[in-house]
Amino acid sequence: MFGLGLLSGLLILPLVGAAFILMVRGSEEAVRSNARSAALVTTLATFVLSLLAWGRFDTASAAFQLTEDHAWLTEAIRFRLGVDGFSMPFVLLTTFLMPFCILASWTSIEKRVKEYMVAFLVLETTMIGVFVAQDLVLFYLFFEAGLIPMFLIIGIWGGKRRIYASFKFFLYTLLGSVLMLIAIMAMYWDAGTTDIAALLKHPFAPAMQTWLWLAFFASFAVKMPMWPVHTWLPDAHVEAPTAGSVILAGILLKMGGYGFIRFSIPMFPEASADFAPLVFALSVIAIIYTSLVALMQEDIKKLIAYSSVAHMGFVTMGIFTMTTQGIQGAMFQMVSHGLVSGALFLCVGVIYDRMHTREIAAYGGLVQRMPRYAVVFMVFTMANVGLPGTSGFIGEFLSLAGAFKANPWVAVLATSGVIFSAAYALWLYRRVVFGVIEKDNLKTITDLNTREMVVLVPLLVLVIWYGLQPGAILDVFAAPTAELLKSTEAALATAKSVALTLH
Amino acid sequence: MYHAIVFLPLAGFLIAGLAGRFIGARASEVVTTSGLFVSCLLSWIAFFDVGFGDGATRVAVANWMISGDLVVDWAFRIDTLTAVMLIVVTTVSSLVHLYSIGYMHEDPARPRFFAYLSLFTFAMLMLVTADNLVQMFFGWEGVGLASYLLIGFWYEKPSANAAAIKAFVVNRIGDFGFLLGIFLVFVLFGAVTFDGIFPRVAEFNEATFRFLGYEWHALTLASLLLFMGAMGKSAQFLLHTWLPDAMEGPTPVSALIHAATMVTAGVFMVARMSPVFEYAPTALSVVTVVGGITAFFAATVGLVQNDIKRVIAYSTCSQLGYMFVALGVGAYGAGIFHLFTHAFFKALLFLGAGSVIHAMHHEQDMRHMGGLRKHIPFTAAMMTIGTLALTGFPFTAGYFSKDAIIEAAYASHTPGANFAFLATVIAALFTSFYSWRLYFMTFEGPAKWGAHASTPPLHEGVAHAGTAAEGGHGHDVEPPAAAPHAHHGHDDHAHGHGDHTPHESPLTMLVPLAVLATGALVAGFAFKEVFIGHDYDHFWKGALFTGADNHILHEMHEVPGWVVASPFVMMVLGFLIALWFYVINPRMPAILAGQQPLLYRFLLNKWYFDEIYDFLFVRPAMWLGRFLWKKGDGWLIDGFGPDGVSARVVDVTNRVVRLQTGYVYHYAFAMLVGVAALVTWYLIGGTH
Repeated sequence: MFGLGLLSGLLILPLVGAAFILMVRGSEEAVRSNARSAALVTTLATFVLSLLAWGRFDTASAAFQLTEDHAWLTEAIRFRLGVDGFSMPFVLLTTFLMPFCILASWTSIEKRVKEYMVAFLVLETTMIGVFVAQDLVLFYLFFEAGLIPMFLIIGIWGGKRRIYASFKFFLYTLLGSVLMLIAIMAMYWDAGTTDIAALLKHPFAPAMQTWLWLAFFASFAVKMPMWPVHTWLPDAHVEAPTAGSVILAGILLKMGGYGFIRFSIPMFPEASADFAPLVFALSVIAIIYTSLVALMQEDIKKLIAYSSVAHMGFVTMGIFTMTTQGIQGAMFQMVSHGLVSGALFLCVGVIYDRMHTREIAAYGGLVQRMPRYAVVFMVFTMANVGLPGTSGFIGEFLSLAGAFKANPWVAVLATSGVIFSAAYALWLYRRVVFGVIEKDNLKTITDLNTREMVVLVPLLVLVIWYGLQPGAILDVFAAPTAELLKSTEAALATAKSVALTLH
Repeated sequence: MYHAIVFLPLAGFLIAGLAGRFIGARASEVVTTSGLFVSCLLSWIAFFDVGFGDGATRVAVANWMISGDLVVDWAFRIDTLTAVMLIVVTTVSSLVHLYSIGYMHEDPARPRFFAYLSLFTFAMLMLVTADNLVQMFFGWEGVGLASYLLIGFWYEKPSANAAAIKAFVVNRIGDFGFLLGIFLVFVLFGAVTFDGIFPRVAEFNEATFRFLGYEWHALTLASLLLFMGAMGKSAQFLLHTWLPDAMEGPTPVSALIHAATMVTAGVFMVARMSPVFEYAPTALSVVTVVGGITAFFAATVGLVQNDIKRVIAYSTCSQLGYMFVALGVGAYGAGIFHLFTHAFFKALLFLGAGSVIHAMHHEQDMRHMGGLRKHIPFTAAMMTIGTLALTGFPFTAGYFSKDAIIEAAYASHTPGANFAFLATVIAALFTSFYSWRLYFMTFEGPAKWGAHASTPPLHEGVAHAGTAAEGGHGHDVEPPAAAPHAHHGHDDHAHGHGDHTPHESPLTMLVPLAVLATGALVAGFAFKEVFIGHDYDHFWKGALFTGADNHILHEMHEVPGWVVASPFVMMVLGFLIALWFYVINPRMPAILAGQQPLLYRFLLNKWYFDEIYDFLFVRPAMWLGRFLWKKGDGWLIDGFGPDGVSARVVDVTNRVVRLQTGYVYHYAFAMLVGVAALVTWYLIGGTH
């Protein structure tokens, strides 16, 4: 169709939907409801299209697939698209979560519905773009462009301190991005191409690797977010509308981890090996530090945001162990966390829509009025804690197993996270759900309605299913992980032999 | 068949849990209970098939995860050890299901209760049938979840919620060690399946592993880490604090989870891993000593508790210590034998206590009981049998298993065994004392309930006035007058207890008591030979591994006569003291407590472990969390990071360029940094 492939379709479809919504005219009420429906239909269609792409994807191969190559800026900088085992699950995660975001915003967004939906659809395109881009400049474009709709979503539809939060978010992420842009330019001058597939084969000089690694790290570390550049996340989450939090936790945070696995490790293997201790240290600090901070939070969303930072610590740790279990576990943890934390933010959204407060102390005894909610929230809490049988366990277990292989110290410190996560998650649950309803305004609170069940139950089923049968995701990572480890080991061996001959 | 044993409880959980609201409480009860009875019947068939035939097998269910060389399957490993655990779990569980129909008959949330019970049973069955360490961990955490849900079943009670969280988190501390143990085993063996580990253990006898700055004997380290998990789950010394608090759950739960099955998971795990532990003598000594300390420590605390369930809870803790002593000296058969007999008589005692509590309308304080034998004679008779079995009265179940452990501890030559022998013998005295104390305070003497309650409780009242002021842990130091109301939150009918005469429980509650009492009487005699006697090898068929130098099973039969007699002497002595204190001269305990107020309070407050942990761990963690949040994130990172930077930028630009407005400064600053970085890079890159 027009010489475009499936991946282009995935990028264009949300934009078509956005354009359609912009053209909607009529009475205010009609515009709202049409905008909602059009956004839902668009995201569903995009999801179906991504399933088609999944159907044509060969999980046994480590190569880039469904590739496209169109003329773009110059002869060297082209519009290249493609997916491999590392990116395909994230494309699916993105398209899967989007309809839930639209549904979650169905009634909670009342002003500027049209603009809101447009922002979300544009955001979807940029997010998919990040994962399918096969050209460094194109990747950078999507990576940065995604900031803008997110900035607007927090800044316009956010809570009381939304301006502060959105600028904090912007300042942090932009700072990292600038350094990455410089690094991209340097890579272009060195390799003469911005084709990712070609760059993966290009050996960068060791000294240059160090600087490039640091520049990319600055950007990805902020996105993850890693300690100590994590403080934008709690504020952004607290102020963002529910769907914004879902996307933030579910997808945007994964871009950092994806960046590490796509660029840092394969392109700068020596620098990655050199800097691994630094990453380990920051990851372990993140796990312990933010878990303790999460324990003392008074705002539900902030607590979950801090727990996200801790869980992302497992991801960075796992990736840099450069072991099969570590990398697969980290990648699985990202997908799982996308589902679990997304669902947790949806759970918070459910009660926020009713009570308009996120303060933990304002709740208590919800189970008496909301038994269904209590069950759903319990399952996701347990997944957050990493209980075996939920998807949260697989990622944590594998990344920790990898860490134990790489460095037992790291594993010991990181494993303490399983104690802290139980403490803060269960304490939150107890204060919100258990107990007796004592506050008058809670006495009329209603249980989950059909729309909310439709949003939460599929996530619940997936979280448990992937906990029992993680193969569906885990096996997709297998081929590229093996390939990645082979190439980095070869690079490190070469570097070692060069170093030996010099002496 | 094994699919049915394991998955019937799961089906019961799903039906009662998901559809309980639609099918009603009665249907939920019937579905879960009947499922369990079928499962139990099949388990007994399996037990005879495996233990006395050659039915040991491996049943593959499904693949779980594959990541490189880490391959984990869902599979059942069926050998004699599994079969023993299967009958323990399903028998107690099905009886507890039945019992709960009577005990919980007034609770509106019965479908939820039965769903949780079945969920627990499923997780426990996954644990004992596990074919690899990761699946065992699945069951391990699954029973932890069910325990958490059931302790907190009456979610209106703050104390129940606190106890539930405490149980989960303290267990997680043990799991921290368990996980690291699994990782180490995986790194060493490249496998987590038992079939991949056990045949190759000898290869690693000399292996060392560098861990936290020390060069460890690899197998010792692995055993110690795994044992840490066992300590958490089986409430061993230092990680025991959650078990007494877990008594906040409904009494059938205490019988099933916190006496007969879940808490023995640690014992099972060490026995299962016996091929590894046998090559780690140092780790076995640690197991012995920890078991000995627990047996002694918990028994001392049990001496003075007034809550009927807490006495039994500490007794459980103490008996688990006995089991670990047996494992530690290499007498795995004796440990599992005690696990097996203990399941019967301890579940019997708990369910009997439940029957008492039921009769007393949810009164749990023994100081408000007394004289109940005339009103609930059947329960009293059953409790007597349970007490006899626990204290090791000749030819009851406990007599065979407990005495075997004490003899094994004496016969063993491993470091720590002497201490364990001494500890278990003294603990036997305490066990007998607190068991009979419980019996006398509850069933004998003058009635102190209802209309008879006008006289304030005499026993040990002296020190209570003193401890009441300490506050904090209300359940221990409550003044007697306030106690009756502490447990009433969950049911409407329990308004005071003075209006009713205690009544015998319904048949659904008495039948399980009778069955368990039969087990408590005959389980020891009937299975003695196969568990620890002449048929040992024929019965276990290698499911319990003993090293070439481990002759404990022979040696324990050749100990001197005074060793054999010592537990019996201790039992009689304990009985006589209890008789003297609580029947002949009831003023004695109060006098004694008055003479030794420090010791009494030390014991009553459980050696102050809760207070110490609160001071050492809970408060610092919360303080640190707040400090890192406010000072670390707020002051340091934000202050010198984004907030500080933007404030400085605003300052500078306000002074230098008064042209622009808005937030473009941020972009400008970012560009500035970018340019600076570019120049720096050029300068450094240019030097090459």
